[in-house]
Amino acid sequence: MALEVDIRKQLNGFTLDVAFTAGTGVTALLGASGSGKSMTLRCIAGVERPDEGKIVLDGRVLYDSEKKIDLPPRKRRVGYLFQRYALFPNMTVLQNIGAGLSLERDAAVRKEKQRSLLKRFHLEGLESRYPRELSGGQMQRVALCRMLAGEPEAILLDEPFAALDSYLRWQLEREVRNTLSEFSGVSLLVSHDRGEVYRMSGRVCVLNAGTSEPVVDTSELFERPKTLQSALISGCKNCARAEFSGKGTVRVPEWNLELACNSADGEAVTHVGVRAHYILPCAPDAENAARCHIVDVTDDVFSRVLTLLPQGASEPLRSELDKETAKGFRAGDDAYFALPKEAVMLLGDAGET
Amino acid sequence: MEQLVEILKSLDFSPLWISLKTGLVATVLCFFLGIWTARWVMRMKKRPKALVDGLLTLPMVLPPTVAGFFLLLIFSMRRPVGEFLYATFSIKVVQSWLGCIVAASVIAFPLMYRNARAAFEQVDIELIYAGRTLGMSERRIFWRVVLPSAGPGVASGTILTFARALGEYGATSMLAGNIAGKTGTISQRIAMVIQNGDYTTAGVWVAVILVISFAIVFLMNVFADSRLKNVKRW
Repeated sequence: MALEVDIRKQLNGFTLDVAFTAGTGVTALLGASGSGKSMTLRCIAGVERPDEGKIVLDGRVLYDSEKKIDLPPRKRRVGYLFQRYALFPNMTVLQNIGAGLSLERDAAVRKEKQRSLLKRFHLEGLESRYPRELSGGQMQRVALCRMLAGEPEAILLDEPFAALDSYLRWQLEREVRNTLSEFSGVSLLVSHDRGEVYRMSGRVCVLNAGTSEPVVDTSELFERPKTLQSALISGCKNCARAEFSGKGTVRVPEWNLELACNSADGEAVTHVGVRAHYILPCAPDAENAARCHIVDVTDDVFSRVLTLLPQGASEPLRSELDKETAKGFRAGDDAYFALPKEAVMLLGDAGET
Repeated sequence: MEQLVEILKSLDFSPLWISLKTGLVATVLCFFLGIWTARWVMRMKKRPKALVDGLLTLPMVLPPTVAGFFLLLIFSMRRPVGEFLYATFSIKVVQSWLGCIVAASVIAFPLMYRNARAAFEQVDIELIYAGRTLGMSERRIFWRVVLPSAGPGVASGTILTFARALGEYGATSMLAGNIAGKTGTISQRIAMVIQNGDYTTAGVWVAVILVISFAIVFLMNVFADSRLKNVKRW
């Protein structure tokens, strides 16, 4: 089963231009807020209409501007989990779940399904409660239950945890992860949170000002991002312009460094990225060592963040060390830090950020 | 006191029934028209929306006599539309109870339309999207999701419409005239008896209008309160 999306839509200020294919399992759409992620989901669900393009789910054409096909949302068999769940406030839990069974005509079958869903989502005893009488976790379960009641072929999750505090979030995320692992269709998760994406999805598509990048394995995005934009959205704190100088080295003017790197081919390289926790103190003669002035030391919750200015550099580096390693480094000191070869990520530019 | 009892005994109650009947019929008309128009205007593009909304709201901000002038311009028996209606369907709007209804409806309509629109626009669009993705039909979404959500706003619009239609004076007096027992509404009766210097009778009718109007607004508040349990005070 696969969901193929290739759509364009003019929005306020930018054009949405998204093309990707998502197979079974969880695929994430990762992008900053305002990059068009939610609009993409809405177009797939059919509650918004693209200007042109094509959406195909498991061979079924949901939308095709050329053939003038535009299935109404209720015929698409696409489930949608809304950020704030969008439970109907005037309906009880049972009625909310019943709304998801609108297409089931047989009342007896509907009742039976309602009962088994209540059981599966541990909602027994809450049937006659209204959404306002539920906890956050219960609301989410009702929303998941309601969405899955209609047996959709694809489900879309629109930043489902964005509004939650971190403790509850972890718990609910686990529940959703379990539900998704039992789901046999296509799941699409929209998020701006790289951690959430890393934990929940196997594949990821980065959206950057409305334009999608190729879908990659989630682990690959974090280990070997290919573009500056992917590196930034995956949480890389050190990115700078770079020129490939041949022989496996890149020159980074802003850091005044010549770095050894693992790739031999650097045609499309415009930037390098180095994750903050890979920049470690080292001996003066280590590979990719740089003598740095420590501009600032800031305590984070479980780590210590050092702002480093390599000699002659115009832009600082950020190093994140565990508190033990960072002991003894003070603002104003000079010390050697290495940007290990295998941590130097060569990046291309995917267009304006 | 004796004078008051005397007046009440000999009082012609027809203005009360005429006003109530007019108010009710106009409210029913405005209810459906207002909801339908609100939905229609909501779907329009920005510019035409501003224009149409302006036109539809005019009767509320114009002096009722100006509305009356335009209504006369349309329905006068010496004008094409009025002439046509009378010749073809024997419908007479001028100097008739129908005129009362038309005048009251036109003046009260913006209240219904604006309240309904405001209420519909407040409905969380994600609820409607949810309904659609869940396979609910548009009609079902309207009755089961939109109306319950917009209910209090629509209800208060309806009540205000009734109150406004009940007391309409300016446009009514121009279009329907003040024919006792036929088009003589309470507000027209008040104006008439005051012109004759009969302040006591006027006072009786003023009291009637006051009581009804206050009861309506009071009811509306009670109703709104019970619907808005979860609203926090600030």
